[in-house]
Amino acid sequence: MDHFPTNWGRPRNDLHDAYGTYPIHQHPQHAPKDAFADGVKRTQQPIVTGTSVLGVVYKDGVMLAADNLASYGSLARFKDVQRLHPVGNHTVLGVSGDMSDYQYIQKLLEELVIEEFTEQDGSILGPAELHEYLSQVMYARRSKINPLWNSLIVGGVKDGQRFLAYVDLLGTTYKAPTIATGYGAYIAQPLLRKAVEPYTDVLTEEQAQSILEECMRVLYYRDARSLDKFQIATITEEGIRISETRHLASSWSFAEGIRGYGAQTQ
Amino acid sequence: MNVHNEIQHLKSGEVNLGTSIMAVQFAGGVIIGADSRTTTGSYIANRVTDKLTHVHDLIYCCRSGSAADTQAIADMVHYYLQMYTQSAGERPSVQVAASLFQKLCYENKDALSAGIIVAGWDKEVGPSVYNIPVGGGMFRQPWAIGGSGSTYVYGYCDSTYREGWGRDETIEFVKNTLALAMSRDGSSGGVIRMCVITEDGVERLFVPGNELPKFWEGKDLPGLVRLAKGTDIVPMAVEV
Amino acid sequence: MTSIGTGYDLSASTYSPDGRIFQVEYAAKAVENSGTAIGLRVKGGVVLAVEKLVHSKLLVPGANRRIQTIDKHIGMATSGLLADGRHMANRGRDEAASYREVYNSPSPLKIIVDRLGLYAQAYTVYSSVRPFGLSTILGAVDKDGPQLYVIEPSGVFFGYRGAAVGKGRQLAKTELEKLQIGELTMRQAVKEAARIIYLVHEDAKEKEFELEMSWIGDETGGVHLPIPKELQQEAEAAAKASIEVFE
Repeated sequence: MDHFPTNWGRPRNDLHDAYGTYPIHQHPQHAPKDAFADGVKRTQQPIVTGTSVLGVVYKDGVMLAADNLASYGSLARFKDVQRLHPVGNHTVLGVSGDMSDYQYIQKLLEELVIEEFTEQDGSILGPAELHEYLSQVMYARRSKINPLWNSLIVGGVKDGQRFLAYVDLLGTTYKAPTIATGYGAYIAQPLLRKAVEPYTDVLTEEQAQSILEECMRVLYYRDARSLDKFQIATITEEGIRISETRHLASSWSFAEGIRGYGAQTQ
Repeated sequence: MNVHNEIQHLKSGEVNLGTSIMAVQFAGGVIIGADSRTTTGSYIANRVTDKLTHVHDLIYCCRSGSAADTQAIADMVHYYLQMYTQSAGERPSVQVAASLFQKLCYENKDALSAGIIVAGWDKEVGPSVYNIPVGGGMFRQPWAIGGSGSTYVYGYCDSTYREGWGRDETIEFVKNTLALAMSRDGSSGGVIRMCVITEDGVERLFVPGNELPKFWEGKDLPGLVRLAKGTDIVPMAVEV
Repeated sequence: MTSIGTGYDLSASTYSPDGRIFQVEYAAKAVENSGTAIGLRVKGGVVLAVEKLVHSKLLVPGANRRIQTIDKHIGMATSGLLADGRHMANRGRDEAASYREVYNSPSPLKIIVDRLGLYAQAYTVYSSVRPFGLSTILGAVDKDGPQLYVIEPSGVFFGYRGAAVGKGRQLAKTELEKLQIGELTMRQAVKEAARIIYLVHEDAKEKEFELEMSWIGDETGGVHLPIPKELQQEAEAAAKASIEVFE
């Protein structure tokens, strides 16, 4: 409750809450009086964001999955965004976090790949090189206190080696046979550890796909920033395939008979 | 995450395009539209603003956010596109214009409050619409809405929009969407301005504030007549 | 060249009394000493070919390439000073990258040629530098289709359907003019290019050479790439055969 009588009955102050989504009692009432009192702010915040990305190693290569949503806070703003980005013929980058920073990273990589291509020396950047490059970029930016607000999964196959690794806005990196970012780290990661890690050398493409789809479904049930439209990237010795958008089937009919929240029966 | 911090980028007392803006592509071109309200806090600084801003012959933008920031950005892009036209010897594509907006918005995201929709016609792809929300991402869409008023009409747009509309149906869609947004958003209002951008040029359309499409606004309330105590109610004389 | 030796040829920043800039003309002479380079703008793409004179048997095959890549879709062949060519290529890469950075799309070739032309021209107006000893052929497939340009040491540039620079350019141009160049497929153009390079080389009775070829277009998905080994061998074999028949 706002106990300051002059505020009672006033229209919402759209200077601070243009979208009117704050409950009135949570209004940010005291904006800085001096426009420059805070000085220049360096650390931004993610604005348009993508949620989890999943990655697994399987028999013939590496597979990544990500849904097609770019959120604006809790608003599901863009529902046809591809968050799996091919780099060359051996690597796919899966991106969660700020989508404008993701587009900036796409530009950086395009520049890097062209630089390498114009050398025409027969060497091509593989997943390991790209992951190292990205980790240096991410760490350099966080050290300037101006991070690129993303968690990235780099997956690929080159020279017979399967590669799956993670890098985030802090420059943290690790390699693992299964990786999940964001909400997926809490929800999908344990499922992937159980279903994939003992079997990375025997899992078929179909099996890996259905495990990922099942994880995406659980995420759709429990992640409020997720969507039931997603894509899968498959990287093998043959190259890269990124699927068309797939639609998740979900089940709700069991809920029809639920009554109340305890003893209620009707 | 707190998207409302975007608005704290506004310096104290800064003029805000609280805004409802929109752009939709159809086979022959694009329709862009906007309300006309500009506010400082809850005072309407300008009730007949033009938020549809020319950046090239066949490319316009719809501005939302800080009036000062978006005008400065549009002026810069306008300049760059003139330079581009001279050096390339041809009109820029909408993608090029949108990329310039994105570059400015992304690289200065800490200092800007700007949500911009870029739309127009080019010979490469025909009509196209790009949305560049706060933060400086760039997204091509068949239709785009933006500004504070847009949050109230996502559902209307999702359920109403169809591919394959002609010019007139698209205009109706834009007009109705903006009228609905303006009626629910205190930071939007005034008149509706629209532009039809086709290969042949730009046509301005105008809907005055007293001729906006009307939708459900609740029942009209009945009046009440309560006469002073002791006065008798006299039936009206009926002529026979 | 009556003014030669009068001192007007010592600096690119000085005109001779009859209005010439000798340093620029000397730069063009430097190009004439270099192996021929040609470019063909055909249906669906561009083919570049260079007669790379091998001045030592000790050189590794394929060393000192004279065809370079500027951007995914832009290739460049030079005649003249090798090191100048590499410098010009680096400048071209920077220009192409800067265009991409600003406009988020691959550059039209004309823009790159325009900027490189200005760059070359800047080296013809100062006494502290020498002009580029370089004729540069640039080929690309951009949003308006296949493109081919030549930049001269003076900085002027022209667009062509078929272009030839370097020692054997006159004969090469004559051969190019005989072709229905717009009707050729890229594969036919590769054969013609190989034939022309072999022909002009034979004509000059020079030392050893390597044929360097690349293409951009439908056959490569719009990317600038060396000609595949088999096609190159096939084209060279046909070229050699045509020379023998000619004799």
